[in-house]
Amino acid sequence: MKESADRRRLLKQLGVLGAAALPVASIAHELPAHATRPAPGPAFLFFSRLEAAFVDVALSRLIPNDELGPGAVEAGVTCFIDRQLAGAWGAHARNYRQGPWAEGTPEQGFQSPMTPQEIYRVAIAEIDKHCASSLGGGFAELPVAAQDLVLRNLQSGAINLPEVSSSMFFDMLWTNAQEGFFSDPMYGGNIGKAGWKLVGFPGVAAAYIELIEEHGKPYRAVPVSIADVQQGLARLDEHGHPIHVLLTARVR
Amino acid sequence: MQPVDVVTVGVGLAGSILGKELADAGLKVVGLERGAYRDTSPDFELPGIHDELRYAQRFELMQDLSRETLTFRNSMNETALPMRQFGSFLPGEGVGGAAVHWNGQTWRFLPWDFETRSRTIERYGSSAMPADCTSQDWGLTYAELESSYDRFERLFGIGGKAGNLLGRRQPGGNPFEGPRSREYPNPPSKLSHASGLFTKAATQLGFHPFPMPTANMTRAYTNEYGATMGACIYCGYCERFGCEMGAKASPQTAVLPALLANRNYELRTRSNVVKINLDSDRKRAVSVTFVDARGREFEQPAEIVLLTSYVFGNVRHMLMSGIGRPYDPVANRGVVGRNYAYQCLSGVTAFFEDKVFNSFMGAGALGRAFDDFNGDNFDHAGHGFIGGGYIACSSTGARPIDHHPTPPGTPPWGSQWKKAVARYYDRSVSIGAHGAVQSYRGNYLDIDPAYRDSYGLPLLRLTFDYQPNEQKMSDFLADRCERIARACGADKISVGRRKGRYSIVPYQTTHNTGGAIMGADPTTSAVNKYLQSWEVPNVFAVGASAFPQNAGYNPTGTVGALTFWAADAILKRYLKRPGALL
Repeated sequence: MKESADRRRLLKQLGVLGAAALPVASIAHELPAHATRPAPGPAFLFFSRLEAAFVDVALSRLIPNDELGPGAVEAGVTCFIDRQLAGAWGAHARNYRQGPWAEGTPEQGFQSPMTPQEIYRVAIAEIDKHCASSLGGGFAELPVAAQDLVLRNLQSGAINLPEVSSSMFFDMLWTNAQEGFFSDPMYGGNIGKAGWKLVGFPGVAAAYIELIEEHGKPYRAVPVSIADVQQGLARLDEHGHPIHVLLTARVR
Repeated sequence: MQPVDVVTVGVGLAGSILGKELADAGLKVVGLERGAYRDTSPDFELPGIHDELRYAQRFELMQDLSRETLTFRNSMNETALPMRQFGSFLPGEGVGGAAVHWNGQTWRFLPWDFETRSRTIERYGSSAMPADCTSQDWGLTYAELESSYDRFERLFGIGGKAGNLLGRRQPGGNPFEGPRSREYPNPPSKLSHASGLFTKAATQLGFHPFPMPTANMTRAYTNEYGATMGACIYCGYCERFGCEMGAKASPQTAVLPALLANRNYELRTRSNVVKINLDSDRKRAVSVTFVDARGREFEQPAEIVLLTSYVFGNVRHMLMSGIGRPYDPVANRGVVGRNYAYQCLSGVTAFFEDKVFNSFMGAGALGRAFDDFNGDNFDHAGHGFIGGGYIACSSTGARPIDHHPTPPGTPPWGSQWKKAVARYYDRSVSIGAHGAVQSYRGNYLDIDPAYRDSYGLPLLRLTFDYQPNEQKMSDFLADRCERIARACGADKISVGRRKGRYSIVPYQTTHNTGGAIMGADPTTSAVNKYLQSWEVPNVFAVGASAFPQNAGYNPTGTVGALTFWAADAILKRYLKRPGALL
């Protein structure tokens, strides 16, 4: 096997001494414990099995499952991104998509002729190929430290992919990860309102007019989703705002 | 089609108010709106309207860029490329325009703002004007516009506290503002924890904070058109959203109920104006051509054509229809497209270990501000810039996709990021400076040579970059923001300075101005002080397109005032003697 400069550089960055001689198998046995998705697993509209596995692994590094609570994978963000890609946004239906196309300056913003569907499909395949040739395994099979390094190098643009800008793909993935983690659960992510609970966001707002001047008294409520209101699971006030169930007793 | 007296091209803030004023006077008015009809019910109803992804990230209420956008470049020697997705600013689409999804911050400009050039030269000498700066006087003074400001504030039920009533200082208000003829129609908004902290710190430092003027109703309010708006309940979903309570002043809540009941008025939605047709000597508009939802083209004859689209629409219509001479930045001649300006924002995020703010509670214009560094309210000698901006702390509602700040040094993702997000989501406060932007020879609008909209018509081209004056001003204001954050007792501060070239990528603000500016001289302005085209006097272009440069304030208060000012000019002057008013 021809040792690529990329691989040597990456293994060096990882602090693996004598990396050039390191057999691929010794990296492979440090596989991350596969993050568990809530059962039953969602049906994917867009992703292939391998693409979903790639996104699962990337998300498990970006917003990990840890002592603070579920991460992006557990919150269903893979499913969120899959649905977004299968819908209007995935085709950039409301973007201006006429040519002529040119790369432009950074200040001129997004100019790719590819849609998010194409960007995800191409980038995932190209990143896997890059990892296989320079690190000896697909992205999902790398040890977590190597995965983190690949993500950092995508973000900085240090990895050169043939057809897609690596930093553009990273920015899209990272934006989608945050959207999925913090958007209303009806879009497939934020399962169990995990993102909202993490920060203390109450979801569909109550009437706060009598509360906003209670400075210094934390208002922490069981978050309410759009489905909760539509399905009659939340008590409503006269204007249709939910009456939040508070998590901590408040002194009024 | 049957001729009418008046057609408005666009039915947003200016189009709806002008429609109402002129239909009330007995004129037959048709409002042509390219987008859809939408209203508080059913379009902005709970729970669906509290959907951050749909409205704030996917821009449900904004212009459909697949049909029409603009192209952008930083300077004349670059090739402009289309704004393919939203970033820096968010023009609206549909009935109500951008006045549906706005925050409701409703300012008056300072008297100085209307006379920027002459007052700068008078106080500091002509060398104080920045290089290539084309900022100029409006040809209209604050004193002339005062009663129109007052009328708009009554119509939109603005809440606030006067600082200057007929020249007398009022405690609790803005001591720097121009004289008001009377108090705001509604009381100020409540005080959020964050703005309370800001007010205390700013006062300690010797500044003069006051409640931001707000179009979020501070109590139920009925205006002169008989429209009743409910009281704001501080839900925190204003900017980029419609209001489920009908508590944010907008064409829907303040104007349309009465306007649509007027038999002299007809609203036609999904009707996209593609041209204003002039007579053979090009001195008079005879009709407008529009395309309806089925793709059919119609010609609507009218005696008066009112351009009441967003800034970009007004300027594009004038350029495409040959109303006024296009601006040529090389020769520095021509008027349409001249003096495009924007806003220059900087600020800080302050992080606190010992405070929580319930940041998800809020309203679009809930906050406190001070004006000590706006306009010419302080001595600029030695600072190397003109103009300024207000500094404010607002609580607009912390929706978590968009808002989860982390202190400096936090990794960009991973467990440490997650920890910081959880810790600081509700332990941070933003203090921002809302800076003015002067006009320059190289910042302008014209017709793009390459790109077209879905009707096959050329896109507008925007050429814009920040200049050293704005950079110095913004650094000066950011330093003051940082001082206030320290005085608030912040544990960590992240300073957001303006840096480098203007970029169309990050959202900044939807305060685009100029391109069809007003003035006293037809060689340097597209419209006269009555918003009337110098060249085609039965065309009026109303909106922020008329600002010769942008002030350190949100534009809507002044757009509303100019709308009433133009309505008055048409009713009291133009109708008596149709033709050029000046």
